[in-house]
Amino acid sequence: MTYAIQAEGLVKRFGETHALAGVSLAARTGTVLGVLGPNGAGKTTAVRVLATLLKPDAGHATVAGYDVVKDAHRVRQLIGLTGQYAGVDEMLTGTENLILIGRLLGMSRRDSRARAAELLERFDLWDARERAAKTYSGGMRRRLDLASSLVGRPEILYLDEPTTGLDPRARNGLWDIVRELTDDGVTVLLTTQYLEEADQLANEIVVIDHGKVIADGTPDELKNQAGGQVLEIRPVDDAAAAKAALVIADLTGTVPDVKEGLVSVAVTDAAIMPAVVRHLDDAGVLVGELSLRKASLDEVFFALTGHKAEPEITDTAKEGAGV
Amino acid sequence: MTAVVTAPRAATLDKRVSPVTTLKNVRTLAWRGLVQIKHNPMELIDLSIQPIMFVLLFAYVFGPSISGSVEAYLPVLIPGIIVQNALFASMSTGFGLNIDVTKGVFDRFRSLPIARTAPLAGRILADVVKQAWSMAILLLVGVIIGFRFGTGFFAVIGAFLLLLAFALMFAWVSVLVGLSVNEPEKVQVFGFTAIFPLTFLSKAFIPSTQGMPEWLGYFIDHINPVSFLITAERGLLVGDAAVLRPAVISMLWGLGIAAVFIPLCLRAFKRRV
Repeated sequence: MTYAIQAEGLVKRFGETHALAGVSLAARTGTVLGVLGPNGAGKTTAVRVLATLLKPDAGHATVAGYDVVKDAHRVRQLIGLTGQYAGVDEMLTGTENLILIGRLLGMSRRDSRARAAELLERFDLWDARERAAKTYSGGMRRRLDLASSLVGRPEILYLDEPTTGLDPRARNGLWDIVRELTDDGVTVLLTTQYLEEADQLANEIVVIDHGKVIADGTPDELKNQAGGQVLEIRPVDDAAAAKAALVIADLTGTVPDVKEGLVSVAVTDAAIMPAVVRHLDDAGVLVGELSLRKASLDEVFFALTGHKAEPEITDTAKEGAGV
Repeated sequence: MTAVVTAPRAATLDKRVSPVTTLKNVRTLAWRGLVQIKHNPMELIDLSIQPIMFVLLFAYVFGPSISGSVEAYLPVLIPGIIVQNALFASMSTGFGLNIDVTKGVFDRFRSLPIARTAPLAGRILADVVKQAWSMAILLLVGVIIGFRFGTGFFAVIGAFLLLLAFALMFAWVSVLVGLSVNEPEKVQVFGFTAIFPLTFLSKAFIPSTQGMPEWLGYFIDHINPVSFLITAERGLLVGDAAVLRPAVISMLWGLGIAAVFIPLCLRAFKRRV
């Protein structure tokens, strides 16, 4: 197993605040590592250190085996960065933005023009290529930003909250692009506050809060780790919910949550299912829905951090920019 | 450990930026600074129309009262307004830099394998070109309404070089402001409140300080570096004043400003990014 990104014990202080208080993480080559955490958790600081923009106060990190501090110039030749705020020059057109990056990467005029055209086409910006980026919508800017970070065909790509403020359609489009990139063998480090996004894209997740890693693993491992499974029962008649709750409490030894006719309880042993069905039948409760599912990442997040994750994407996307 | 994926490419990676690459980076980023104008007509107006307007207003409104006629006032006004315009224009360096930093463009540049100095050097180089453009426009308008060069070709070239050199050093003030404030507009506010009095308390628009309170006249004639620069520019364009002494004094001021502000800029830069 090879790791494209490895960080150990990263510490970064800004005055009194510990933006990073000892973060260790590793991204396997060709996979997506999701860095999940609420606003201000230290995600962006971690990305800035790994992208050679910030020197850590302690700890060290390597990208493709190169130290991000001592060998920063080599690291820069391998990475692409798409920041939280789309880093495009608003006064330049889409084409000019991409040519600028190509020229800075040492491409010839002709090569950079060709690469720009290829990326504009791929990111659905061809029709807007001769317009200044300040006239672009939020989604278009993000795509141009992402295209800019891909001009040099990076092996390692940092995406810092790439979908914050995007509407669901633009977000899905961006997810597809990320999947294509990993198919091409690119290693992606993706920060997000959206659990759904991490669940959708990441092979592995590290959860960061207050500058510390509080959990890591695959999405499934995390779900198992923080509460195992959830048993949900919805009786046909809402009034029977209380009765069902009593039966479940007897069986599992924990008092279930009852909300709007839905009885739910965390269980550790899936073998309890048949007994549940039998006892409910004996008690004369007609069951409309019965399910045993893994805890959602939302529940995991709550269990780990003690606070709820940021609002769902669809809520914040409304205030965000269009496609 | 990363043998399979990175080894072939790793062999081609450079350890550091070569001087030739640095120059190419600076050129590319200067190109960017100039192409921006194409999509921002306001900046072209800033660089062209505004100076023209100022020349015309001052020449025709104040000229007759101050010097008796428009023609007699132009040798005073043109060098003065050239210097004033250059100082205002130098604020655009900090303005543009602030936009780059706040919009994330600077982070993108810094994540690229380019020379660390290139983003700033490229911007400054583009601004020098813009400065030269503005000065040429001002001279052209001046000539159209009656300004006459009293010196030769090389003196005029010298006037350009002296102005650009001073503007280059003075621009560090605006770089510091650009790195210190959180909104681009604040750079403009600073520029206006600091440079407006600095240029009006100079010889930019007046032939002499006669009749002023003694302390004010002393400040204008002997302290304000802008006055020395204007005197030198007059000497080089009109030929009515000695050049060497005011030129040297204004350059010393410029060096002093750069010596103070460059370290401050580096400190602000490290803190900001």
